[in-house]
Amino acid sequence: MSGLAALTESFLQALTAGLLVGCIYGLMCLGLGLIFGVMRVINFAQGDFLMLGMYVTLYLAAALGGVAVLGPVASPFIAAICAGPVLFVGGYLLHRLLVSRVTGTRVAGIEGDGHYAQLILTLGVALILENGGLILFGSTPQSVRTPLSASAWEIPLLHEGSAIFVNKARSIAALISIAAAASLYWFIGRSRLGKALRAAADNPEAATYMGIDVDRAHRIAFGIGTGVTAVAGGLVATYSSFQPYVGLEFVIIMYAGVVLGGMGSMLGAFWGGMTIGLVQQLSSLVLSPQLQNTAIFVVFLAIMLMRPQGLFGRRAERT
Amino acid sequence: MNPGRAGTTRAVITIAIIGAAWLVIGMLVSNSYYQLMLTLVPIWAVMGLSWNLLSGYTGLVSFGHASFFGLGAYTVTIALVSFDVTPWLGIPLGMLVGVAAAALIGYPTFRLRGHYFALAMLAYPLALLYVFEWLGYQEVALPMKREAPARYMQFVDPRAYTAIAVALLILALLVSLAVERSRFGMSLLAIKQNEPAAEAAGIDTLRWKMRAIMVSGALAAAVGGFYAVVLLVVTPSSVFGMLTSAQALIVTLFGGAGTLWGPLIGAAVLIPLSETLRAELGDVIPGIQGIVYGVAIILVILLAPEGVFWRVRDRFSPTPAQPRKVPDVAGASQRVVIPRPSAPAIPGPILRVQSLSKSFGGLRAVENVTFEVQQGALLGIIGPNGAGKTTLFNLLNGFLLPDQGQIVFAGTDLVGLKPNRICRLGVGRTFQTVRPFARMSVLQNTVIGAYVAEPTSAAAFAAAQEALERVGLADRAEALAGGLTSKELRLMELARALAGRPRLLLLDEPLAGLGSPEIAELLAVIRSLSGDGTTIVIIEHTMQAMMRLADKLMVLDHGRVLASGQPREVTSDPSVIEAYLGKRWSAARA
Repeated sequence: MSGLAALTESFLQALTAGLLVGCIYGLMCLGLGLIFGVMRVINFAQGDFLMLGMYVTLYLAAALGGVAVLGPVASPFIAAICAGPVLFVGGYLLHRLLVSRVTGTRVAGIEGDGHYAQLILTLGVALILENGGLILFGSTPQSVRTPLSASAWEIPLLHEGSAIFVNKARSIAALISIAAAASLYWFIGRSRLGKALRAAADNPEAATYMGIDVDRAHRIAFGIGTGVTAVAGGLVATYSSFQPYVGLEFVIIMYAGVVLGGMGSMLGAFWGGMTIGLVQQLSSLVLSPQLQNTAIFVVFLAIMLMRPQGLFGRRAERT
Repeated sequence: MNPGRAGTTRAVITIAIIGAAWLVIGMLVSNSYYQLMLTLVPIWAVMGLSWNLLSGYTGLVSFGHASFFGLGAYTVTIALVSFDVTPWLGIPLGMLVGVAAAALIGYPTFRLRGHYFALAMLAYPLALLYVFEWLGYQEVALPMKREAPARYMQFVDPRAYTAIAVALLILALLVSLAVERSRFGMSLLAIKQNEPAAEAAGIDTLRWKMRAIMVSGALAAAVGGFYAVVLLVVTPSSVFGMLTSAQALIVTLFGGAGTLWGPLIGAAVLIPLSETLRAELGDVIPGIQGIVYGVAIILVILLAPEGVFWRVRDRFSPTPAQPRKVPDVAGASQRVVIPRPSAPAIPGPILRVQSLSKSFGGLRAVENVTFEVQQGALLGIIGPNGAGKTTLFNLLNGFLLPDQGQIVFAGTDLVGLKPNRICRLGVGRTFQTVRPFARMSVLQNTVIGAYVAEPTSAAAFAAAQEALERVGLADRAEALAGGLTSKELRLMELARALAGRPRLLLLDEPLAGLGSPEIAELLAVIRSLSGDGTTIVIIEHTMQAMMRLADKLMVLDHGRVLASGQPREVTSDPSVIEAYLGKRWSAARA
C-alpha cells in the first residue's frame, strides 16, 4: 500500500512539474512556431536566442534587483519579460541583415535551394552566437536566483504524510507563459498586423498584391518569434542554471514541440511544447536524469518518422 | 561528371600527386604543431568527403554526421581500453559499426525530405551523446602501449600519423571518385535534382540513398576512429557534438558541395585558419573556432553559395560553349532509322485496368475506372481540367496507391509496386510539368532513363544517344537541361522515358505550353514512336490534337469514364460535348 502511495506521489509530482515546465516550453515553441508558420524558415539559431534571453534576464535582474520597489522577488520575472523586446530588436535586425537575403520574395520559386541556404545560414548564426556567448559570458554555469527558486507550496495528498511540492518560481513562470501565449494568440488572431502576418504566411504572392509588405511582415514575425522565445528562456533561467551552449538542447526541444504540434500551427506549437515538457518530466520516473533529453530526442524522432504532419496538424505538408 | 576515361585518369593522377606532395611536405616538417595540422586537414577533408557523399550528391542535408564519427571513435577507444584490440583492427571494426548505424539511421529517416530530414538527422548524435555520458564514457583516455607502440598505432614520430591520414584521404578521394563517375553518382545527382522523376525513370532511390549513407558512414567512422588515436582522449561532446557535424558540412560547402575537390579545399583553408586562431587566441577568446566556422559559412552562403571550387573554376575556365544551332526537329520522323528493339508480343491487351478508384479526403479523383490498352495501340485520354487524368497516371506508375482496383501490365499486378519497379517492368512516363534534372546535360538526363535497361554505363550511353536520335534531339546532347526551350524539354523527357525501352509509354500532356508548329513536330515524333510498335497512352485536353493522333479515345470527367471508343464516336457523344462545352451547347447541337 505504501509502495503504491509513494508511486502515486512521485507520479503526481512529475505530472505537476511537467505541466509547469510544459507551459514554458509551450511558449518557446510558440515563438519558433510563429517564425516557421509565417516564413517557412527553419531557424537553427532559435536556441541561441533563448540563451541570449537567459543572459539578458540575468543582467537585467541584477540591475533591477537594486530598485527598492521591485525587490528580489519580482525583478527576475520582470527582467524575463523585458528580454522579449530586447531580443525582438535582435531578431528583427538579424532578419533584416542576413536572413532576408535568402528568404521571402527574393527566393520565391526556388523551393529547395532557398531552404537549404536558410538552414545553413542560421547554423552559422547559431555557431557565432554560441561561441560569442562563450567569449562574452564565460563558460561558468549561471542562474538567476530568486527567493522563490528554492521554495515550494506543499499540497497535501489524501494519504497520510504524503504531499507534492509545487515550486513557486516555476509556477509564476508558467503563469507568465500562459499569459504571454494568450496575448500572442490574440494578437495574431485579431490585430491588423497579426492578420497581415497570417496573410503573408498563407500566400506571400497574393498578400503582396493586396498591398502587404511581405518582407516587413517576415521581419516582424521573426522579431516577435525571437522575442517570445527569449522570454521563455528568461523564465527557464529563474529555476535552472545555464551556460552559452544551452541553446542546442532547447533547439531540439522546440523543434520537437513544433513538429509535434504540426509545423505551421500556432496553437499546436503550444500544445506540442506542453507535451514535450510532460514527456521530459514523466520520463524521470523511469529513466536516469541524464537520459531525459535522450527521451525527448527519441520521442521527436518517433513523431518525425511516424507522423511528420504532427499530432495536431491539419494538413500534411508535402516536402 | 562526364564519364570520359580521360577525366577519370586525370583525377586519379591529381589524387596521386596531392597524396605524394602531402607526404613529402609531411616528412620535411619537423615542428610537431605543423605536423598536427598536416594530420588534421586530411582528417576533416575525409569527414567532409563523407558528408559530401550523402548530402553533397543527394541534396539531403545531414546535421548528424557526428553520429558515425563518434561511433567510430568510441569503437576504437572501447576496443583498445576494454579488449586490448589494436586500432589497426579497431578502425575497420568502427567502419562496420558506422555502416550498421548508417543502415539503421538511414532506413527510417529517408522517408523524410527537406527540413524534416535535416532536423531528424540532428537528433541522432545528440541522443547518442547523452547515452554515452550515461554509460559512463565521459572522458576516456587511450592507454599508452610502451611495449609495442607501432602495433597499437602509437608513434613517437608524428610523421607516421600524417602518413596514415594521407592514406585515409587518398582512400576517401578514390571512393568518392568511383561513386561520382559511375551510375551510383549519376543516380544520386538525379535524386538531388528531382527525386520523383528519378524514381519514375527507374532509379531505385531508396536503395541508392541507403548505399550512399552506408559508404558515407563507413568513411566517417574510419576517420573518427583515427581522430581518437591522434588525440588520445575521447569525450562525448568532442566527437558527437554539434561542431563535428557542422565542421563536416562547413568545409564541404565552403569548398563546393557535390564536387570531388570541394571538401579538401575547404579543409585546407578552414582547418589551419581555425586551429591557428585557437592556438594563438584560444586562452583569451575560448570560442574562436566556432566563430570562424560560423562566419565562414555565412559568407559562403551569401557570397558564393555554390562554394569556392565552382567560383574559381568559373573564373579561370573559358566561357561555356556557345548555344548550338537550332536543332532540326521537323526532320525527326525521317531520321528515325533505328528499328525499335522488339518486345515480346503478348496476345491481347498489354494493360488492363479494373475498377480503379482513388479519393483524397472527400474528393473522388478517380472513381471506378476500367479500361484496356491493346499491344501497339495509341489510347488518348481526354477530359477537362481536374477530371483525374494525372491522378490516373500517378496510380498507373506507382506514385499513388489506389484505394481499390487492379492494374495488370503484361501479366503482372502493378498495385503496390514502387515507381522504379514499375519502370523496370517496362512502363515509362513523362510529366505534365516537365521534370528535368536541370543541372545535367540532355544526354545525362537521358542516361538516367537508360540505366533500367542497360547493365553497363557504355551501353546506357549508347541507348541514351539512340533515344535522343529517335526524338530528334541528338545535336543538343551536350546542352544543359536548364537552358532548353519548352519543346526541347518535352522531347528530352520523351527521350528519357524511351531510353529505358518501355513497352508502354504514358505521356502526360506532352503538348501543354507549345505553339501549333511545335505541336505538329511533337505529334510527328509521337506518331513515329507508335509506328515503331510502342504502346502509348497519352493525356491531353485539346481534343483537336487527339483526333489526329489516337486510335481510341477515353473521356474522363470528375474521375469517371464518360465515354470511350473511336475518336469520331466519342466526340459526337452528347454527354462528352456537355462536359466540354456546357449544357447549352449540347442542346443547340441536338
